[in-house]
Amino acid sequence: MQTVSQPKTLWSGEIGMIAVLAILALLCLFIAAKTIEPAYAFHMGLGVICAAIAIFAIFQRFNKRDAAFPPLEINGLPNYNFGPVKFATIMALFWGLAGMAVGVYIASELAFPDLNLAPWFNFGRLRPLHTSAVIFAFGGNVLLATSFYVVQRTCRARLAGDLAPWFVVLGYNFFILIAGTGYLLGITQSKEYAEPEWYADLWLTIVWVTYLLVFLATIFRRKEPHIFVANWFYLAFILTIAMLHLGNNSTVPISLFSSKSVIVWSGVQDAMFQWWYGHNAVGFFLTAGFLAIMYYFVPKRAERPIYSYRLSIIHFWALIFLYIWAGPHHLHYTALPDWTQTLGMTFSIMLWMPSWGGMINGLMTLSGAWDKLRTDPVLRMLVVSVAFYGMSTFEGPAMSIKTVNSLSHYTDWTVGHVHSGALGWVAFVSFGALYCLVPWLWNKRELYSLKLVNWHFWIATLGIVLYITSMWVSGILQGLMWRSYTPLGYLEYSFIETVAAMHPFYVIRALGGFLFLVAYCLMLYNVYMTITASEAAAPAAQPSLQPAE
Amino acid sequence: MITDPVQVDKVSGQTTTGHEWDGIRELNTPLPRWWLWIFYATIVFAFGYWIFYPSWPLASSFAPGVLGHTNRAAVLADVAFSNQVRKDMTADLQKASLQQIADSPKMLELALAQGRAAFGDNCAPCHGSGGQGQKGYPNLTAGRWLWGGTLDQIQATITHGIRAPNDADTHTSMMPAFGKDGILKADQIRQVANYVRTLDGLAPEQGVDVAAGKKVFADNCVACHGEDGKGNVDMGAANLTTKVWLYGNDINDLVYTITNARNSVMPAWGHRLDPETIKSLAVYVHSLGGGK
Repeated sequence: MQTVSQPKTLWSGEIGMIAVLAILALLCLFIAAKTIEPAYAFHMGLGVICAAIAIFAIFQRFNKRDAAFPPLEINGLPNYNFGPVKFATIMALFWGLAGMAVGVYIASELAFPDLNLAPWFNFGRLRPLHTSAVIFAFGGNVLLATSFYVVQRTCRARLAGDLAPWFVVLGYNFFILIAGTGYLLGITQSKEYAEPEWYADLWLTIVWVTYLLVFLATIFRRKEPHIFVANWFYLAFILTIAMLHLGNNSTVPISLFSSKSVIVWSGVQDAMFQWWYGHNAVGFFLTAGFLAIMYYFVPKRAERPIYSYRLSIIHFWALIFLYIWAGPHHLHYTALPDWTQTLGMTFSIMLWMPSWGGMINGLMTLSGAWDKLRTDPVLRMLVVSVAFYGMSTFEGPAMSIKTVNSLSHYTDWTVGHVHSGALGWVAFVSFGALYCLVPWLWNKRELYSLKLVNWHFWIATLGIVLYITSMWVSGILQGLMWRSYTPLGYLEYSFIETVAAMHPFYVIRALGGFLFLVAYCLMLYNVYMTITASEAAAPAAQPSLQPAE
Repeated sequence: MITDPVQVDKVSGQTTTGHEWDGIRELNTPLPRWWLWIFYATIVFAFGYWIFYPSWPLASSFAPGVLGHTNRAAVLADVAFSNQVRKDMTADLQKASLQQIADSPKMLELALAQGRAAFGDNCAPCHGSGGQGQKGYPNLTAGRWLWGGTLDQIQATITHGIRAPNDADTHTSMMPAFGKDGILKADQIRQVANYVRTLDGLAPEQGVDVAAGKKVFADNCVACHGEDGKGNVDMGAANLTTKVWLYGNDINDLVYTITNARNSVMPAWGHRLDPETIKSLAVYVHSLGGGK
């Protein structure tokens, strides 16, 4: 290493990034000056400010850094890059609070409509804020953090790129900022889970391709002969989300100076594209990505080998092949052609066992370590998340069957189903992973308090149970009321009567969400205390240096 | 490169695969049989379903399935069936007058059933699911009618609406905005509002000249609401002596009404619903407790 003799200059990556950011800032400034839409001008202004801050930060870093690139290895051990991982971890915790708080608020709006404060805090604007904040902001940052952590540890290689990983995590969170403020200001393309307009979509595309490149380059750098199963899932998630995002956001802006765009797909094809996207956002963002988390954190925490390598291969390929077909089950009994509905339903049914393969591999990995559930609430959280995953992935195929769907469609049952997956599976596996990750990243011996994790687990579980049971009852009641006829063949209930009947369940649901949020706040406190007050770990306690067995 | 020797796991007796990542190993456990067989069963089910129902796309069409099932045909058959069931009775409704419907138990039963369903989906959002109304939306059960409560009057109101912009025969008369249009001064409005309250047996505010209010009323209001304040259904002028107040009888509500006028709107349902449904609705609304 010839670090000593090298004069300190800007690396070409830094120069390139500064140039790109400067051009971007000028473009944003130009658009902000020309547009007549105040909300769009506000977003372009944010672009100018953030690009300027980023350029400033690059110079700040230049002043502090060494002349040479950080070494890939120190004393034969990988020199891991955990800065972007830490940032994404903190952002996940922050957005989780925002997203869940908005969720509790909109649940309360449904129970008490007077809480709709027009126009900013109407249900219509807050609902996408909630879904995007919990899925893409919280979930997305958890995926960024864990994928950048896991790919390094399991490849025994430093994260590829110098500024690129930072560009990914910062750029992604800038996208979240634009998306979220856009919803409140009324900017939307009205596609569920894909509401941000064309300029935000373009930005996300650039960030996402960089993410893919960083991830792939790190895998190419690996010191292990095989690619770990979690990395297959992460890669499937990153690649497929890129494809879905491009397909569903194929829009033509009406002008460079307008936030509005027009989708190229028309009519039922647009609906099909939307749910091909929407269902695979569940399949690849909320399932494949989080299965990757499970495949690393469950065996790590349980200190047991993964139950079955063969099962992991078969269920991986089956899952990714079958999931991509299942979208039409969101459009049963609509103008979508019958044959498409059939394929959506049958592929959803075939998806049941591939999904359960993940559950089996997660749960059975605990054989020989079940006793740890009594003493380790973090492991309990991870295991219960896998159980919820199994439950939701049975409920999903069942609801895709057309006769079941004719009762469940458009009812709260769907909302309950989504939340048993979102709260029980995605959020719990994320919490478990974050509880593991925080002490490792900040080099602490252990969490500040396992007792608080225990309280988090039980209060949140109670919240989930209230949420999903109230939505089951409400949804089935709603479906039955909609379809009930008088002996003379007229509808028994008016729509407004079914709405009135939902009220008690909406109150229970809001209470369940509130408990989940309260429990989450315990986690925030616990993480804060772990980072600031917990005892530092001895270097030997770092997981990479100490094989589990 | 790290090569990990194949080991035997003590708990399960399985061997590991010989890979190791950051301390994580994998067992060579075979696929669980029950899992594999259920997976096969779902695949067999899917193939079976494809044979019977519309499934795979072809060059210009799709495989229709041996049952020839389509959603559209199934819905059309359902609709045809229910239409067939109702046919005779609805035919009677079409020919009969409102009074004949009300007098025939058989037709009345059908009309009330149809009216109730139509009311729930079209009227209940404003008038309440029991027709009890709410502030600004008349109570249909109280026997107090702005535009008349006979069967024919109710039918006319439903068909043409109230101040409906798209219907030439709609009820059109409007109360002036006495304050906003500068017809009356604020203190006059307060006086007349207090006087109107006394017509309904409500106490006036302290220190307000009710006699002056009576004068204002005589000069401005009697043309529509009548000397005694009993209103006029031909003009939709409210009866002010019934204890039933569309916009509230609080003094502030009344001052607001006289100052700005309310002149609310009801759609002309004749453009949305068929005549026989409107007949049923008229009979149903008439039956809610307030019909004349």
